[in-house]
Amino acid sequence: MTAPRPLRGRPLRVRALVPAAALLATGLLASCTSDAPPDAPAAPGSTAATADGPGSGGQSEFFEQAEYERQLALAKEQPQGPADKPWEQMLRPEFTDTTRYKKDTAGGVHLCFSNAGVFNPWRQVGLKNMRAEVGLHKEITEFTVLDAQGKDDKQISDIQELTGKGCDALIVSPNTTATLTPAVEQACAEVPVIVFDRGVETDCAVTFVNPVGGYAYGAVAADFLVEKVKPGGKILALRISPGVDVLETRWSAAEVAFDKSELDVVDVKFTDGDPAKTKSVVTDALTRHGGIDGVWMDSGATAVAAVEAFEDAGQDVPPITGEDQQDFLQAWQDKKLTAIAPAYPTFQWRTPVIAALKILQGQQVPKEWKLPQPSVTEDTLDEYLRPGMPPLHYAMCGCADLPGFPEDWGGKG
Amino acid sequence: MTATGPGPLAPPRATARTRGSRLGDPVAGVWLAVLSVTVLGWIVVAARGGDFLTTTNVVTILQNSVALGLVAVGQSAVILTGSLDLSVAYLISLGTLVAAETMASGGVVTAVIAVLALSAAVGLANGLVVTGLKVNAFIATLGTAFILRGWIEDNYTGPAGKVPASFQHLGYDRVGPVPVSVFLLAAVAGAVWFITRRTRLGHHMYATGGDEHAARLSGVRTRRTVVVAHVICSLCVGAAALFLAARLGAGAPWAGTEARYDLESIAAVVLGGTALAGGRGGVTGTLGGVLVLAVLDSVFNQLAVDPFFKNVLRGVVIIAAVAVYARPRRAAKGRPTA
Amino acid sequence: MTTATVTRHGKHVLRALGTGAPVFVLLAVVLAALALTDPGFYEPDSFLSFVKRAAPLVILAAGQYLVIVCGEFDLSVGAVVTAGVVVAAELYGSFPDAPWPLVTALLLVAGGVIGGVNGLITTALRVPSFITTLGMMLILEGAVFFWTGGSPQGALPAAFRQLGRGSAFGWLPWAVIVCLVAGAAAMLLMRSDFGRTLVATGDSERTAALAGVRVARARIIAFVLSGVAAATAAVLVGGFSGVSAQAGRGYEFEAITAVVLGGVVLGGGRGSIVAAMAGAFSLQALFTLLNLQGVSGALESTVQGCIVIAAVGLGAADWSRLRRRRTNPSEGQPL
Repeated sequence: MTAPRPLRGRPLRVRALVPAAALLATGLLASCTSDAPPDAPAAPGSTAATADGPGSGGQSEFFEQAEYERQLALAKEQPQGPADKPWEQMLRPEFTDTTRYKKDTAGGVHLCFSNAGVFNPWRQVGLKNMRAEVGLHKEITEFTVLDAQGKDDKQISDIQELTGKGCDALIVSPNTTATLTPAVEQACAEVPVIVFDRGVETDCAVTFVNPVGGYAYGAVAADFLVEKVKPGGKILALRISPGVDVLETRWSAAEVAFDKSELDVVDVKFTDGDPAKTKSVVTDALTRHGGIDGVWMDSGATAVAAVEAFEDAGQDVPPITGEDQQDFLQAWQDKKLTAIAPAYPTFQWRTPVIAALKILQGQQVPKEWKLPQPSVTEDTLDEYLRPGMPPLHYAMCGCADLPGFPEDWGGKG
Repeated sequence: MTATGPGPLAPPRATARTRGSRLGDPVAGVWLAVLSVTVLGWIVVAARGGDFLTTTNVVTILQNSVALGLVAVGQSAVILTGSLDLSVAYLISLGTLVAAETMASGGVVTAVIAVLALSAAVGLANGLVVTGLKVNAFIATLGTAFILRGWIEDNYTGPAGKVPASFQHLGYDRVGPVPVSVFLLAAVAGAVWFITRRTRLGHHMYATGGDEHAARLSGVRTRRTVVVAHVICSLCVGAAALFLAARLGAGAPWAGTEARYDLESIAAVVLGGTALAGGRGGVTGTLGGVLVLAVLDSVFNQLAVDPFFKNVLRGVVIIAAVAVYARPRRAAKGRPTA
Repeated sequence: MTTATVTRHGKHVLRALGTGAPVFVLLAVVLAALALTDPGFYEPDSFLSFVKRAAPLVILAAGQYLVIVCGEFDLSVGAVVTAGVVVAAELYGSFPDAPWPLVTALLLVAGGVIGGVNGLITTALRVPSFITTLGMMLILEGAVFFWTGGSPQGALPAAFRQLGRGSAFGWLPWAVIVCLVAGAAAMLLMRSDFGRTLVATGDSERTAALAGVRVARARIIAFVLSGVAAATAAVLVGGFSGVSAQAGRGYEFEAITAVVLGGVVLGGGRGSIVAAMAGAFSLQALFTLLNLQGVSGALESTVQGCIVIAAVGLGAADWSRLRRRRTNPSEGQPL
């Protein structure tokens, strides 16, 4: 009854099962594609799908040359608009007519916002910016925010729910690029839609607000290291986690820069955004490679942990890239680091509100509202580092002129 | 936990009936909870000048129950047999990716078959590790989750594939106020209900979950039962992945994990009155548990509750609900020993 | 006759190691592999820094062991770690000059209280601990971020971080000392009457109750200790790596995995605390090995999953039968 036989053989079999299942699945897939052409009716649909596909597919190579070049060019351009209000600036605007959305705003505006979530400090700072911006405009009488808590499925429902709520305009910050397209398309038919941060794969939104982008971010950081680290230097690349489109573009641009340089990228590691893991990874890299000459990061949440790992190992901190997070800027100043902090500015959370009001007044807005994406450099560090802000605050929030600053952002006056 | 259940050799019908009387409480309880949460929500929202029971809201509630419902129904099957599946979240992610990619290159039917085959294989692996290697289900399925995670992270860098419009009907169409996908949930739940309540296999599942040792002594092939339960669970998860693929229009590597389907489905199952130790409960209660969570979510949405505070309330509700179910059982247990 | 002595001797060793024998093999293998891949690993500095890194997980595993061995689960420990770090930062935001022993003590007490609540709900209200602590996890994560408005307002000062980051006498990390003290305390606890009570409770609640054990009280104490252990880990993690809104993410699963790797049976009644802590060391050593090996970042979790399943599977295999077979050459071959 108790079957003492093949215990030893099993682990292998089980371990083999998952890949086997995937193989089976791919096998089925492959066998079908070869079957597909004769089945005439199925063919048109599938070819159409693949023709639409290149933007969404791209799973092995996450790199689009044209977009990469466009972003690098944009990053060098001078934006239009008020210099002291980057959130109102725009790059290469191509205006679109909005008279058909014009509305008498005297009776008050009901603005709605479908948020992907507030699951990281970047989004928390951003939401505060947006709420404060809404507070600036007396004509907005109602501001409804639905939080999808990181669930695509829920955000689709949220968008549907909001379109049925009599919103005058709908702001969407998508949780995932590809998956929200159908929901946004539905909403476009009912209400003017403003998309920001991540895009969706439809141009039905009145405007898409976003900064220059991930390629520019990654390239700025990589170019800095190419300039500061001696040829042949060992670079450690720290990434948050795979599969996040915004972060993938940053890394792919950095890869291009590193490939062209004489730098040696010795390790690419995922840290899950966990500072403890980051410290371990850096410490291990130091032992394994006997020293690191530069650190590239795809976002700043764990930059301070990386700096500390060098200190704890008794080594000098090499040139390092971070983000505009307060704790990193503080460490940069205190420890006189050689650093750069490209930003994915949180001031972009103010722009959608401004855009919504413009649209409801029938004023032109750019079809794609490209915001500038400044970096914090040695020269501008003092300008962005504001003492008394909480460690996880993002300096490039453009929030210093908003009511309630700095207390509402957790800072001290 | 203790072998107070009826002997596993008793005919299935009779067991179902004796169990039904004892189980009446949690299942009725959870559906009462659905009702009271709805009424309470309605009152609170109305007091704020809103309207809770609009068509949009009802549709949203139903629609939001589908994915979690499918997973939770599957989870009920494994929990009934005294096991557990923590790999569901990653399996959903992988399922949506496989579905969307296969649909982009092959056909819908192939994709459905591929996803179900993948799910069945993962379920089989889970079941075999749990029964054959005698690894505790918690660890075994956590290990599977890690394996799947690595597989996903190594192969996908973001949303991939494309679901044709024809298949997206599953995610978006509705008949009157009822989304089409609710019928999918009803069908899957119905099937699992039938298996657990009306077949010999289901009877064995309850017996295994109630007391594995006693069940084995009475001739139940407990290992096989557990393996089958895991396959059923994974197939339900596959269905959830297909639904999500239809809804999202693409595969998403984080579709399952960001929604925390692993822990949420277990919470829904337990909310529905199924004992975590196995042997007691069923699909009907689970659906109630899922609805409670969905209605709560909708009320929170209406009241614009802070997302962080939402978690606090959910935690309190889950603990409180299970505490309420535990009461009558305690009384019943207390009597014979006293 | 010789075979008999060997068997008796083997039995003795095995009993001394508890059910966790395989974990020590795993630990030895991983540590040996580390020595091969990285010759510098056993230099005092890097080895101590490895132990320092492992300390939070080891302490969490010890706490988790106490709960598991009496038949329960504690899924809230990760949330306690996150909450602890965030609350400490928030406290320092309001009272920048608070002395670190006070803040640390406050955290430990708070951890104990949370554990106590878990224990009370589980025992008095009969809610399965899986659900109690899952609910507690949601409540803690929600409450802490609701309170701080999403992210903590203060930074952790150097004095507070000393315990997790600094070293005594310039070479011995405080975290290692904390880990040793906690480990010794846990071992003493398990050798005391209370320890035996706890194992008896997990083994058979009814038998223990009939023998006069106050089962509920034992469980509540186990939860309290697990909460205190989690708070200790929070102090170390916060010290080691500073403020983070996700300091404790995933720790609950890592701790449980570590305990099970140590051969402790979920459901209670079997396993030794030393093996559980060795499980934590093995897990951390495994992470380090994977890291040093340069396994592709993405595949790391796959490798980890396979090893965990295999190790636990090997641990669960019926070793006594195998040994019996080995001593009797007529039946089966040795490994």
